[in-house]
Amino acid sequence: MSVNNTEMAVRYKNNFLKELEDQAEMGEWIKMCMQCGVCAGSCPTNFHPGWDHPPQEIFMMVRAGRREEVLTSNSMWMCTSCYNCYVRCPRKLPITHIMHGIANYAHRLGVAPKLQPTRNFGKIFWNNAAKTGRVNEVMLTVDLYFRNAEGKFDLMGGIKKALEMQSVAIGLVKAGRLNPLELFGGHKCKDQKGLQSMLKKARELEETRKALKAA
Amino acid sequence: MANKEYAFYPGCSSQKGASSSNYLTSVQTMCKTLDISLTEIPDWNCCGASIGYAEGGELPRLALSGRNLALAEKHLPGLDVVATCAACWLGTREAKERLEHSDVLMRDTQIALKEAGLNITVIPEVRHMAEVLIEDFGYDALTKPVVKGLDGLKFAGYVGCQTNRPFGIDGESYENPKYLDKLVESLGGEAVKYDQKVTCCGGALAFSEPEKAHAQIKDIVESAYDGGADMIVTPCPLCQANVELYQGAINKKYGTKFNIPVLYYSQLMAVAYGSSAKEAALNGNVIRAKQLEALAGK
Repeated sequence: MSVNNTEMAVRYKNNFLKELEDQAEMGEWIKMCMQCGVCAGSCPTNFHPGWDHPPQEIFMMVRAGRREEVLTSNSMWMCTSCYNCYVRCPRKLPITHIMHGIANYAHRLGVAPKLQPTRNFGKIFWNNAAKTGRVNEVMLTVDLYFRNAEGKFDLMGGIKKALEMQSVAIGLVKAGRLNPLELFGGHKCKDQKGLQSMLKKARELEETRKALKAA
Repeated sequence: MANKEYAFYPGCSSQKGASSSNYLTSVQTMCKTLDISLTEIPDWNCCGASIGYAEGGELPRLALSGRNLALAEKHLPGLDVVATCAACWLGTREAKERLEHSDVLMRDTQIALKEAGLNITVIPEVRHMAEVLIEDFGYDALTKPVVKGLDGLKFAGYVGCQTNRPFGIDGESYENPKYLDKLVESLGGEAVKYDQKVTCCGGALAFSEPEKAHAQIKDIVESAYDGGADMIVTPCPLCQANVELYQGAINKKYGTKFNIPVLYYSQLMAVAYGSSAKEAALNGNVIRAKQLEALAGK
């Protein structure tokens, strides 16, 4: 599901808040933020270096119309889905979901940071789960380690990462919690046809609804 | 007839050969003692997990959860859905709320479900196993079957994020939930003072940005040692895996000497209820819980 970035920027001109209200999941909540900063202080990744903006800043930037800065920011991709901001927000904004919604929109527009590892992993995870209806943990790890951030197969990089994780993998295999045979197919849903057409239909409906809002 | 019956949603990581398969084994053992009947939702699918947001979009994620709910309703009418995984529980319960609160989302989800020949009429309750134990059984009932009290063993009750926020166990606080400590105590164990009981383990970032997750896990493990714990206990499969598996990498990076077992509450219960180490799936722990193994072997 991709949307044209330039088209959307033109369509919503100077109203980035409206754009996110229409196009991003839970975007309609952004205007409720009162800038108290509790979310910023509650975020576990806030205490690591390299974070562009906490949610509070992102929300103000949205209202200020700083479209490109927000959409290309790494901020939303720092979310661990811990829901600390969500439960502490005095105005009950579903902050976790808003951050996910903006991230997903930036991803669909194709303007989210290209080498962002969590964007990459999120994509791998969804494609893995949606492929058969159940996660194949071995393939998840292989795709994570043996593909570079652009999705290209990277043998040497993969071997290096796999060696770093060797002891973890051996421990898991010994404990019966990692089955290398899943390389050749793992668990899956029986009703593949129903599952796939359901997902396809859901994607179509969502695209149509969002396109209607932009019309 | 069983004491209680539920529609069971085990989730991907509980499957045979997957990262929390030992959780499932110990849950089955625990349920046998408590006479709980878990009937798996036929052909259930992945909940999409939290990290599914990046690629999934809202409606495809709702369709995934909607499919599980519709299957539960169709095949196991009248039963509450019970998940053992925190993310499965959160994702499914969240979907229930969104669908019940939005006619538009419900209509679109129904259209998507029709493609799989399914339909939702009444969405069942969606509950976590810990919730079921505490609300449907209660601490006294959970103490009753104890034949090997965990006397003298000290546990850091690591509740983590998604079993606690945004839903949590009824009546518990987000900042200092007590249910896991109470559960440990009702099995005869000691729940130590534990500052990091609701700190995030990094979740999916343990895969994508390990250095960030490792810094968080370091705090979680360190605090368990500070409290004098012998073991960490948790209700969440990702908490368990992250906190157990990366202790080696953290030792390398920070010069620490972490080597503390990380158990599921269900493993503690299975041992306390007199089951064998194998039935409690203690062989599924990468850092072996030797004290529990010894107790189970007695």
